[in-house]
Amino acid sequence: MGVAVFPGTNCEHDVVAAVGRLGDGASADLVWHTEQTVAGYDAVVIAGGFAHGDYLRPGAIARFSPVMGAIATAAADGMPVIGICNGFQVLTEAGLLPGALQKNAGLSFICTEITLRVESTRSALTRAVALGAELRVPINHFEGNYTVDEPTLQRLKDNDQIVLRYVDNPNGSVDSIAGVCNEAGNVVGLMPHPERASDPLLGSTDGLALLRGLLTPARI
Amino acid sequence: MNFDVLVEVHLRPGVSDPQGATIERALPALGFDEVAGVRVGKAFRFSVVADDEPSAHQQVTDLCDRFLTNPVIETAAITVTAGA
Repeated sequence: MGVAVFPGTNCEHDVVAAVGRLGDGASADLVWHTEQTVAGYDAVVIAGGFAHGDYLRPGAIARFSPVMGAIATAAADGMPVIGICNGFQVLTEAGLLPGALQKNAGLSFICTEITLRVESTRSALTRAVALGAELRVPINHFEGNYTVDEPTLQRLKDNDQIVLRYVDNPNGSVDSIAGVCNEAGNVVGLMPHPERASDPLLGSTDGLALLRGLLTPARI
Repeated sequence: MNFDVLVEVHLRPGVSDPQGATIERALPALGFDEVAGVRVGKAFRFSVVADDEPSAHQQVTDLCDRFLTNPVIETAAITVTAGA
């Protein structure tokens, strides 16, 4: 798979390492933000960090990078595209996912392990896990407070686009939403970092169950 | 013509404003008991070249919709004045 890297991205090597831990020959390459295509990959991950310094708003400038045009085209063709943390912010700014990410309620930068509940298994990220499963995965963000207007929230519920919820809402997100997908289910954004829960040394391997969904269906 | 532009970006009414709420909670400790409804935004100043004021306003509106605001949570107030 491909891991998109912007100036200021800082989780790309963690994602590459976590994908390697999936085994079965799974591997990932870094894709610099000036690339014009992501053809040939089974999936693309937009890794976390501070793309373009988070200037203006997180993701606001990253969405103009050439690779985002390529990712939008690939997403329209059904390629799994996952945005983690800052990558989620990029996907909402690019209009590939609904809603927006606001400063955390309470204005704290939160770096801790939380419990997620899997609310839908039709997304590319959750197709390899059980509905209702609870996963221990770290969060690490200041602007992870998912915000969406009431009609859009209703649409997300009706279309089964709410993928992950916090069991104990840490940041004020509407309806405790931690991750959403597009209508087709192939584009997914989440604030928690599955790549940081990918090895016993990290305290949890629950993130691997999510990343496994990015493998082609035959390999899950 | 050259126009001076002020764009003030604020969170939409109804969108929670954690910064505004925190500032408001801090004010009584400084003796400002009468202040309420604090909302935090940001301001941009720049100039544009356009044929007339309506077309300058239109350019800036487009710029706000596509870049300076996230329309999901923010709105912009635009002030255009003839520049020097």
